[in-house]
Amino acid sequence: MHTQVHTEPQMHTQVHTEPHWDMVIEPHGNILDLKIKDVWHYRDLLWLLVRRDFVSFYKQTILGPIWFFIQPFFTTITYTFIFGNLAGISTEGIPKPLFYMAGITCWNYFAECLTKTSTVFKDNSLVFGKVYFPRLIMPLSIVLSNLVRFFVQMLLFVMMLIFFAIKGASFNLNLYALLFPVLVLEMALLGLGLGMIISAMTTKYRDLAFLVTFGVQLLMYGTTVIYPLSVAREKYPGISWVIEANPITPVIETFRYGFLGEGTFSWMSLGISGAVTILITIFGVVIFNKVERNFIDTV
Amino acid sequence: MGVAIKVEDLSKAYRLGEIGTGTISRDLERWFAKVRGKEDPFLKIGQENDRTVKGTSDVVWSIKDMNLEIQQGDAVGIIGRNGAGKSTLLKLLSRVTAPTTGIIKAQGRIASLLEVGTGFHPELTGKENIYLNGAILGMRRKEIQRKFDEIVDFAGVSRYVDTPVKRYSSGMYVRLAFAVAAHLDSEILIVDEVLAVGDAEFQKKCLGKMGEVSRGEGRTVLFVSHQMSSIRSLCNNCVLLQNGKLKTVGKTEDVIQLYSHEGNSSSNKNIKYYDKHLKYVSIRQENSILVLEAEYDSNIIMDIPHLGFVIYNSQNQPVFGSNPTLDAVEYDRKAGTKKGKISIRIENPKLIDGVYSVLIWFGDSSENYMDDLEGVTFEVSSMTLNKQLPASISGYVTPQTEWKFEKYE
Repeated sequence: MHTQVHTEPQMHTQVHTEPHWDMVIEPHGNILDLKIKDVWHYRDLLWLLVRRDFVSFYKQTILGPIWFFIQPFFTTITYTFIFGNLAGISTEGIPKPLFYMAGITCWNYFAECLTKTSTVFKDNSLVFGKVYFPRLIMPLSIVLSNLVRFFVQMLLFVMMLIFFAIKGASFNLNLYALLFPVLVLEMALLGLGLGMIISAMTTKYRDLAFLVTFGVQLLMYGTTVIYPLSVAREKYPGISWVIEANPITPVIETFRYGFLGEGTFSWMSLGISGAVTILITIFGVVIFNKVERNFIDTV
Repeated sequence: MGVAIKVEDLSKAYRLGEIGTGTISRDLERWFAKVRGKEDPFLKIGQENDRTVKGTSDVVWSIKDMNLEIQQGDAVGIIGRNGAGKSTLLKLLSRVTAPTTGIIKAQGRIASLLEVGTGFHPELTGKENIYLNGAILGMRRKEIQRKFDEIVDFAGVSRYVDTPVKRYSSGMYVRLAFAVAAHLDSEILIVDEVLAVGDAEFQKKCLGKMGEVSRGEGRTVLFVSHQMSSIRSLCNNCVLLQNGKLKTVGKTEDVIQLYSHEGNSSSNKNIKYYDKHLKYVSIRQENSILVLEAEYDSNIIMDIPHLGFVIYNSQNQPVFGSNPTLDAVEYDRKAGTKKGKISIRIENPKLIDGVYSVLIWFGDSSENYMDDLEGVTFEVSSMTLNKQLPASISGYVTPQTEWKFEKYE
């Protein structure tokens, strides 16, 4: 059957004045096009989504934002008892609650970014199936929403810091704490990048989704959240490189080093983990943008 | 006026059946073919999307080799049966999914109104949702601010602007959602069946607004609907799709005529199979009548194959129905059989254009053995050649009338 298109005949004579197209939709986008410009155009949406997450979170609860405190607070207490007292893992002279709180605060932020981002296609398939906006907005909004939460938890950490300072506990807040913004950025990007890679792959291979939940759990034990790196090096010199190769380890170690004065810090390991983070992020964005184009056909 | 949208050799393939598991080997196969520069094996076996023919491959072309040009300022209706590729075309145009091959070029921003209320969050207030929804549709915050009052006014929800939308009635919800989308400043607006919701007054208002958008503001509107009446009142041009291909482009009235004739060729047979008592039930439109057929094959001897049916509209309301008892059908009950065929020709009433479903009950004179309350869905178009009003105004059936006028001097 022939398709009949009523093309205006004069179109042929006007070929040289082919109009400027504002939008061209093609089967395959340019892999290196990170769509940053597109995202920038939708920055208001990003902000509104962050606001939505925050507002809808506390609108449904009685205690509201207090929930942000409760979880890390009780986790800290639990860890202090189990890992600190019961298992007797050294915290190198740092008050145990401070030590765990530092680890948990950082880890929670990274883990939340990772797990939420990894289900972004599934969670938003309804919206994604109806309208176009740069999909990258969604993971970015997750990272930013969690940032709000992270800062609230940081507040709790600072309060504890002050409390222990008054009590005269031994820790040493130093200039390396100024690396804080870099550390936050690194945690965010790492969570984002890994999350996007996983989310892109789960649209096709569902099994990965199951892996994430307990994989994150396991990864925590492979990171220096509940023990200092120095202890791991001392007890398991053979395999401590696994822990050191983990890009989040230098972040948490640096965090502790800056705020508490204890931990293993080197510019070298922080630099490497930073470089790895940037690579993962770029790779994540590329694969995310690639899958985004067609994922709605498979969900 | 220039070209607003240009579609060149557009195709979209979908893989049917199970997706997700066991695809790694196939992915490798495809990847290997790509590396060698061969054609993708997955696409080679594709076929036309004709649902009445059972496919031999698990790939269908929802859209195949489509070429289309849409002029700026046109209001174009897109019509075709279910599965003709209308929704896929709109999805491709609104960039929800990417084409398999081909290219779409557009001048100006495309905004789609595929389903109103997308992205509404029930906990947020009307005002917050206007901003969020506007932003999802691509509006900048300032743009929304400028149009905020107009939107609220159009939706008629000014009293509830600070109430969470979960407390809204469904009508209010839809009105607000449409209002946001209708106030988009995009040069091209894509609308898919939104007018099926809301009351008659609001439907009229939406149609009016869309007419204003296309005629008054010179924007291009693409409009998909099963309601020929809405298409007629809004669009100057029409595109008819069939099995993923472009069949005709032309003036609305001509294309609708063609579509309704095509509809009468009984190719659109809707059928559903069962494993017990009934073998299948099928319903089709033959010109101006509906034909309902069923074959039964039961383990029980039926003194009468008692088939009851009720036709429901798309809003899930019963329109009409009957059974042999109600119709006082004559049947020789002494010579019942286990197998047989039932055909029902329904000449009256005539349904207006739209999607319906027929629900089935089956048994004998004493009891029901099975029912299908989900029913068989079918589409009706142009059962009568009369002009039609929306169902919300004059109902779902058209009467057979005989008018007599006597003039008194």
